[in-house]
Amino acid sequence: MSLLDIRHMTMKFGGLVAVDDFSLELKPGELVGLIGPNGAGKTTVFNCITGVYKPTSGQVLFNGKDITGMRPDLITRLGIARTFQNIRLFGSMTVLENVMVPMHWRLRSTFLEAACNILRYPAEEREMRKKAMALLESVGLAPFADYQASSLPYGSQRRLEIARALSAQPQVLLLDEPAAGMNPRETQDLMEFIQKVRKDFHLTVLLIEHQMRVVMGICERVVVLDHGATIAHGSPEKISRDPKVIEAYLGVERYA
Amino acid sequence: MSTHANKGTLRIIVVAAVMVLLLAWAQGDLRFIGIGPWDAYFVRILNLAAINTILALSLNLVNGFTGQFSLGHAGFMAVGAYTTSLLVMTPQMKKVVFFMEPMFEPLDRICIPFLPALLVGGVVSCVFGILVGIPALRLKGDYLAIATLGFAEIIRLILQNVRRLTNGALGLKGIPQVVNLWWTFGAGVAVFLFIRGFVRSSFGRALIAIRDNETAAELMGIDVFKHKLLAFAISSFVTGIGGGLMASLLTTIDPAMFKFPLTFQILLTVVLGGMGSLSGSVIAAFIVTFMTEFLRVVDEPLQLGAYTIHVPGLRMVIFSALLVIVVVFYPRGLMGNKELTWESLSSPVSRLLRRRVAS
Repeated sequence: MSLLDIRHMTMKFGGLVAVDDFSLELKPGELVGLIGPNGAGKTTVFNCITGVYKPTSGQVLFNGKDITGMRPDLITRLGIARTFQNIRLFGSMTVLENVMVPMHWRLRSTFLEAACNILRYPAEEREMRKKAMALLESVGLAPFADYQASSLPYGSQRRLEIARALSAQPQVLLLDEPAAGMNPRETQDLMEFIQKVRKDFHLTVLLIEHQMRVVMGICERVVVLDHGATIAHGSPEKISRDPKVIEAYLGVERYA
Repeated sequence: MSTHANKGTLRIIVVAAVMVLLLAWAQGDLRFIGIGPWDAYFVRILNLAAINTILALSLNLVNGFTGQFSLGHAGFMAVGAYTTSLLVMTPQMKKVVFFMEPMFEPLDRICIPFLPALLVGGVVSCVFGILVGIPALRLKGDYLAIATLGFAEIIRLILQNVRRLTNGALGLKGIPQVVNLWWTFGAGVAVFLFIRGFVRSSFGRALIAIRDNETAAELMGIDVFKHKLLAFAISSFVTGIGGGLMASLLTTIDPAMFKFPLTFQILLTVVLGGMGSLSGSVIAAFIVTFMTEFLRVVDEPLQLGAYTIHVPGLRMVIFSALLVIVVVFYPRGLMGNKELTWESLSSPVSRLLRRRVAS
């Protein structure tokens, strides 16, 4: 059975068809790449899956449950977490606190217990801190736990975004251009990092990427979007030879 | 570790003891050893400062920590003030005050002690906060500010027109003056500790996450609307308490008191102290309250040599200038979103001491 099943999803903004009849099935443990030129509708696909937008038509099934148009926080609670193309950390908080935020909804204490630090709350807070610290250690950000998130270097901020998404304990992780703005060396590190967390946390990953070279290395399957339409779908090798992809995406003249 | 904790506990005990002694001295409870009370006018300003602290802290919770720009505080204060007053006024006094139209039936005979009345005032204000919050908190930014401002005006106009409940524009007189420094500072400390505990907890992190990036907060599983409403409800409860204390301190209230300038004064305090800094709000509340009183001098005719200067309202000009200066030189308020800690207090002192020793 597929973990995430997107069926004929279409998203229109007025007259603009941002995503046109998009279908994709993710099996547990897969790492799938979603690529395409600027404005192809990749991020819109993410926004429709995570509930930021309600798709105009079509369905999103997660573990067989219809989550189309559900509230974003409830979708996250079911087990789909994401990162953002433009980094959206909680800038005024520390690195540790950033990772603690996604644990908040699991809290059983009431706000009165929390404010007075009594009954169930002290133990829950300790537990959250411990878990957050362990997570930071596993992604190599532990030395920066008490730094303000916005003071981290760019590459570490990207890493923290992924750590924060992991803290929601997802089954499916959606990564929106995690390598944006990185040099080749940093990109290489990041790709290794993604494969590591995928293995350690038993994740299914859907990865948006702009640079084709990046996804070729690590993805088992690749979907290519152009102007909202799916123009190719298959193994990286097959995709890189597909004339339609080369024309729409890489540009014929440049590589001829 | 344990000595560190002990040092902290010791500090708290010392500060609390000093505060209790000062309050007892100011209030006149140390008369038996021949000192105090302090000048009644000064004590009154201290009371006002403590109440303004409560109001600033509650506005800071919504505007500073949650990042929701609400301007409805005067309305919630009015609800708290009226509820508390109507519950504590004696039946005889109510008969005297409501001479135009008699009061509603059961309420004209009800008279309960101050503490439960104050809490009921807070609860009623909280209910109004939730009722206003449910529609208003779906808006963002300027729209939220306009909507809450509108709701506050609606509350004030209702108070002004339901004459058999509120005595209309004539207001209420003869509210028993129960509050003293113990009440105002006691409530101030309780509110400070509660809000500090709240914003430092997981709930506080959720609120700050909403302020920093609402979309990201929602996608990290936080029910954004519920948490905004929670902050709004707590804030309106605390504001209602502040209103009740204010009514009992002043002994007379009327709807005109609760117009927009009141909200503006609280907002000024919060901005001056720093949005998102509780200690900043406390410091700013005392500065603003004392300045408001001491600057009354400039509203009076001033004799400068042969000239007499009389500019009514000069006080407000000075306040506006102050706000401009703060915004230019300290755009994030006196404290930014930092808190005043022992370390921040002691480090300049200890540095100075070390330099003395070195030279």
